[in-house]
Amino acid sequence: MTALPLRVGVASWRVRLRGVALTLTGLVLLALLMALNMRIGDIAMTLSEVVTGTFDAGSAAHFVIMELRLPRALTGALVGAALALSGALIQSIARNPLASPEILGVTTGASVTVVAGLVAGGGVYGGVSGLLATLGVPALALLGGLLGAAVVYGLAWRRGLDGYRLVLVGIGVAAVFTNVKFWLLTVGDVNDTSRAMVWISGSLNGRGWEHVAPTALALAVLVPLTLLGTRSLDALRFGDDTVTALGVRVNPARALLILAAVLLAAVATASAGPIAFVALASPQIALRIVGSGRPPLLCSAIVGAVLTTGADLIARTAFSPIELPVGIVTAVLGAPYLIHLIWRSRK
Amino acid sequence: MSATAVAPRLLGVRRRRLGVLLALLASVAVAVVLSVTIGSKSVPLADAWHALTAPTGSENDLVIRSLRLPRTALGVLAGLALGVAGALMQGHTRNPLADPGLLGVTQGAAFAMVASIILLGASTLLTYIWYGLAGALVASVAVFALGMVGGRGGPTPVTLALAGTAVSALLYALTSALVLLDEQAMDVFRFWQAGSIASRGADVVWQVLPFVVAGLVLALVNAPGLNALSLGEDVARSLGQNIPLTRTIGIAAVTLLSGAAVAACGSLAFVGLIVPHLARPLSGTDHRWLLPYSGLIGAALLLTADVIGRVVAPPGELEVGVVLALLGAPFFVFLVRRRKPVRL
Amino acid sequence: MRLQAAGVKLGYGDRVIVDGLDLGIEAGTVTTIIGPNGCGKSTLLRALGRLLKPQGGEVLLDGKRIDRIPTREVAKILGVLPQAPSAPEGLTVADLVARGRHPHQTWYRQWSSDDEGAVAAALDMTGLADLAERPLDELSGGQRQRAWISMALAQGTDLLLLDEPTTFLDLAHQVEVLELVRHLHQEAGRTVVMVLHDLNLAARYADRLVAMRSGRVIASGAPHEVLTEELLREVFELDAKVIADPVAGTPLVVPIGTLSRG
Repeated sequence: MTALPLRVGVASWRVRLRGVALTLTGLVLLALLMALNMRIGDIAMTLSEVVTGTFDAGSAAHFVIMELRLPRALTGALVGAALALSGALIQSIARNPLASPEILGVTTGASVTVVAGLVAGGGVYGGVSGLLATLGVPALALLGGLLGAAVVYGLAWRRGLDGYRLVLVGIGVAAVFTNVKFWLLTVGDVNDTSRAMVWISGSLNGRGWEHVAPTALALAVLVPLTLLGTRSLDALRFGDDTVTALGVRVNPARALLILAAVLLAAVATASAGPIAFVALASPQIALRIVGSGRPPLLCSAIVGAVLTTGADLIARTAFSPIELPVGIVTAVLGAPYLIHLIWRSRK
Repeated sequence: MSATAVAPRLLGVRRRRLGVLLALLASVAVAVVLSVTIGSKSVPLADAWHALTAPTGSENDLVIRSLRLPRTALGVLAGLALGVAGALMQGHTRNPLADPGLLGVTQGAAFAMVASIILLGASTLLTYIWYGLAGALVASVAVFALGMVGGRGGPTPVTLALAGTAVSALLYALTSALVLLDEQAMDVFRFWQAGSIASRGADVVWQVLPFVVAGLVLALVNAPGLNALSLGEDVARSLGQNIPLTRTIGIAAVTLLSGAAVAACGSLAFVGLIVPHLARPLSGTDHRWLLPYSGLIGAALLLTADVIGRVVAPPGELEVGVVLALLGAPFFVFLVRRRKPVRL
Repeated sequence: MRLQAAGVKLGYGDRVIVDGLDLGIEAGTVTTIIGPNGCGKSTLLRALGRLLKPQGGEVLLDGKRIDRIPTREVAKILGVLPQAPSAPEGLTVADLVARGRHPHQTWYRQWSSDDEGAVAAALDMTGLADLAERPLDELSGGQRQRAWISMALAQGTDLLLLDEPTTFLDLAHQVEVLELVRHLHQEAGRTVVMVLHDLNLAARYADRLVAMRSGRVIASGAPHEVLTEELLREVFELDAKVIADPVAGTPLVVPIGTLSRG
């Protein structure tokens, strides 16, 4: 691994060249996908139409771009980044490539409350005001996600937070939530089940600025925090004894990083539902491209954003006018790519 | 202690392990009796015996012979299969998160069933289950082949786990897309997904029996090899273990066992994830004991949960998957909290 | 010649570590391979124990190509103890040692009186009988190393390959392990090949030393023939005096300093 020392005054870091190259490539790719997302849709536009539309407040194009396409694409990118970052944190802490926010009870907890809400109030939603319909589900999801995480966190805590116990408690709690969700799906009317399935799969349909803002805020606060925690994360890969010897206070560091992972996943899930596979696959994809020892945080986030944005482009347009939930496409896109990477890395 | 004193000690350990085995067998027997007699219609033990030995065609005889007996048999088979498959899977991957669904059997079964309903017009339970079984086996073989092509000299556990997760995610996505397009398929799918051993009938039991038996035989053959593998691949090879062969047999066993159980009973793979963690404190690290213990605990747990599901919400029933999740999983969490978890 | 490497080419993927190496191991000898870090000692030992398949050349066990003999048959003749092996948590000493009987067991014969006797004898010989019940992870480093050797002994093989059996041990425990090796050799007539880092201990406990550098054998023979001041310079780039060990009479290396390189 080529690493360049970067020194500014008393500060000094080691910068990995491949990581930087991947980050830049990823950002360019993301920008391209965003531009495509602006152009393609029921009303196709050229790039110049997009540009003029963006600044001409009165035009129809302005509405399509600023109120429909841009907030949706931004939500996708931000949510993807947040989920991937959350996954990278959990995989590093648990030292397990199969770990994902599901282990922390976030996505599964959110699924239970939302499905319960949709099944119980299925009829009600059609009747009440649009505000409850749009705010109700995200609020339920946030509540369920945080509750689920609190349950896992509380049960796993015992004189500190052992990564292994966290994982075991997490799979137990996830089993409860998942099967309760399955059961709830059998309770209601089959139409409600379908609506719940769309949400469970993760969908960006109709997402607006009200979804962009909280996710952006969460990322703005949590990304710098987790990047600061990178040093501890590197150390946490070793056994607890080694970590302590390296001068990292194990429990506070681990507890804070897990909290960050929980918040990222909870906010993302509230905005777009538990989009499948992004949190699990993005860190593994980034890890294999960069070739580092543990999932690289920033690169994972960018891979997540690219994956989700690209997937939504396809979900929106491939079977137009039928729109697929984005989570279906992330899995269809991400899974073969991950398989390809596994394949290649073994040769 | 001299050389001669070691022998009685080893004997004592064997005796204790046999004792636990008998206790587990007894608990399965108790669960079977409960499952045959208890339900929305309670049948006295004497009548149940009568129904089995000398049926006269009374209402009780009918309930026992056509409903309770197949349901109980399916519960035992599925519990055995999932428990053993889970222990095998965690042993081969050395990963406590590995469940028997990891090779893609659950999503393979789900996808094949849903596709058979929508594309081929399958309409009876027996047909879905055949497709489900086929789907489970094909998905598992595909995952294994991916791991095989990817690895030198046989698939490594991490490659397998990741390939399995990737294939599962892909199949789950396709299944979701299909059921969102077809309401009838969605209706079948959601009840299958909840996980149940109710109203399956004797023909389903006969349908899965050969797969479970074959899987159990392969699993027992695999146990000594898995013991050698748990010391690391180098030591296993120096002990004369053919590693690719051991892995292939193990994975074939997991596929047969979990494929059959999942196709017939729905998403119950997490039983296989939890049960080995309950069995390991009793058995230690020896797979020759861990596998039978896991199977028996799985059977007892599944049947008990099913019985509870029958009586807890009269006049209806709660699916066994939900009861298991609500009872088994918290118990599992309690165990994890109480003692230091046994690492693989 | 019990074990022989003929023109072997060894490596991992594209990285070739050993190319065209020849080495023979006589029956009933203790051979120790020495050399600086990364010279290919462990790679060679792994190939001799068929843990690593040569990319070229062949390894012969009793004159037959080792990869053509069923691996279980090899396991009855030759035991390998890799560097720093790991066991699942909670495994007891007795269970670990019992797993050494693996090649002798079949699905219908899981625990014969032979197995029982071999395990008891192996525990006895390594002085672990009192610790048989204890989980491996509660033992000291020296005891754990002895337990692994005990497993290899229970395997009941004529040939034993040990990769750095004394790593992480204090001097007393190193001597203890090597005394055990010598005992096996003298009492039971076993053939031992091992990799060691400590040159003085290697000289004292080996019949034959093999000095390697950069994947090639530089010298081999009796300790006093191999451990010379010139060889130490050539192989280890070490400036040293070699004197006679006041206890055993074997060569004793007293370092002066590293050679200034370049």
